[in-house]
Amino acid sequence: MNSRAIEILVGIFMLLFLAAMLVLAMRVSNLTGIGSGAGYSLVAHYDNIGGLKEGAPVAASGVRVGQVESIAYIPDDYSARVSLRIDGEFEGAFPEDTTASIYTAGLLGEQYVGLEAGAEDDALADGDEITLTQSAIVLERLIGQVLFSQSGSQ
Amino acid sequence: MDRIARFGRFWLNALERTGRAHLFLARMLGALPSLLVRFPLLVRQLYATGVMTLSIVLVSGLFVGMVLALQGFNLLEGFGAESALGQAVALTLVRELGPVVTGLLFAGRAGSAMTAEIGLMKATEQLSGLEMMAVDPFRRVYAPRFFAGFLALPMLAAMFSAVGVYGGYLVGVEVLGVDAGAYWANMQSSVAFMEDVGKGLIKACVFGFVVSWIAVFEGADCIPTSEGVSSATTRTVVYSSLAVLGLDFVLTAIMF
Repeated sequence: MNSRAIEILVGIFMLLFLAAMLVLAMRVSNLTGIGSGAGYSLVAHYDNIGGLKEGAPVAASGVRVGQVESIAYIPDDYSARVSLRIDGEFEGAFPEDTTASIYTAGLLGEQYVGLEAGAEDDALADGDEITLTQSAIVLERLIGQVLFSQSGSQ
Repeated sequence: MDRIARFGRFWLNALERTGRAHLFLARMLGALPSLLVRFPLLVRQLYATGVMTLSIVLVSGLFVGMVLALQGFNLLEGFGAESALGQAVALTLVRELGPVVTGLLFAGRAGSAMTAEIGLMKATEQLSGLEMMAVDPFRRVYAPRFFAGFLALPMLAAMFSAVGVYGGYLVGVEVLGVDAGAYWANMQSSVAFMEDVGKGLIKACVFGFVVSWIAVFEGADCIPTSEGVSSATTRTVVYSSLAVLGLDFVLTAIMF
């Protein structure tokens, strides 16, 4: 086999490797959003975020519009500060009285932030805080409430 | 007394061999700069190690992915969580099976060939011939093979994982009827590029380093007879496989 044929085959080998990395990055691990600086951040405070993780989706009407950028505990007001990164194409799409709730996808699914638009005219801009929030539903607490209310009614 | 002496000699030999292997590695790493000047040597070895191993790696990747989907589906169906199939298949492939199975296949396909080739070069006194002509076998023979193997294994592992994910898609979505959207979306939301894919590739790099090192060293260190070459080839496959499995445990414990 001459060296030109070998070089071509090695070149194809390299291309296949790049294709595989592309598949792993885009199809398997969804490496979009990194590098694209477009989009804006919103902040929301929660009493309890349940099992929300960084990178979890942010959805409006069930459609993905962004992702959770960072989660931090704020000792001053004993709450969790969640920073949401919204995609640039939804700039100005959410009114100031938008509600940000933490939901669970399915029974055992991962948790995500659901946005429900309000009725105000002014839209949320980069760095604004979403004041209307609803914490995650913790199953143990829910069961506790049910048991408590039942024992109270008897 | 004789037995104790034999035991001591065994360990002294093992220790000496380990030392020789490390000196050998140091000289190979020292020959790296000269390799950049003679790039065609590396390309030829990339062909021998990478391209020639490609077919077996791709076929194994496809079948491993398909089997993972079958087994995973049966297991997840019990919890009514078939939609998590994509995530199960992708994480298993990217973190574990991609690097490990590729490492084992590489040891059997490319590592053994490297050892046999170098061993035969030694047995037929080609290496001595090179030295007589003042050609350094480290630069001409060992280093290109070593670095080609080191580069090829991570690449093959990435292809193995990518093909395996499509194999899982084929069985999980096309045959067993998992929702295609759920397959990909669950995968994308649970596999992190740096955390999972990146660490899997780090594993593959370590395996590539160790397997190539063992293969080239066993070839260069073999007894130059037909029997010596054959036992060196066997040792390459055995030691490489054990090294891959052992290191995999250590790396997983450290990284994940």
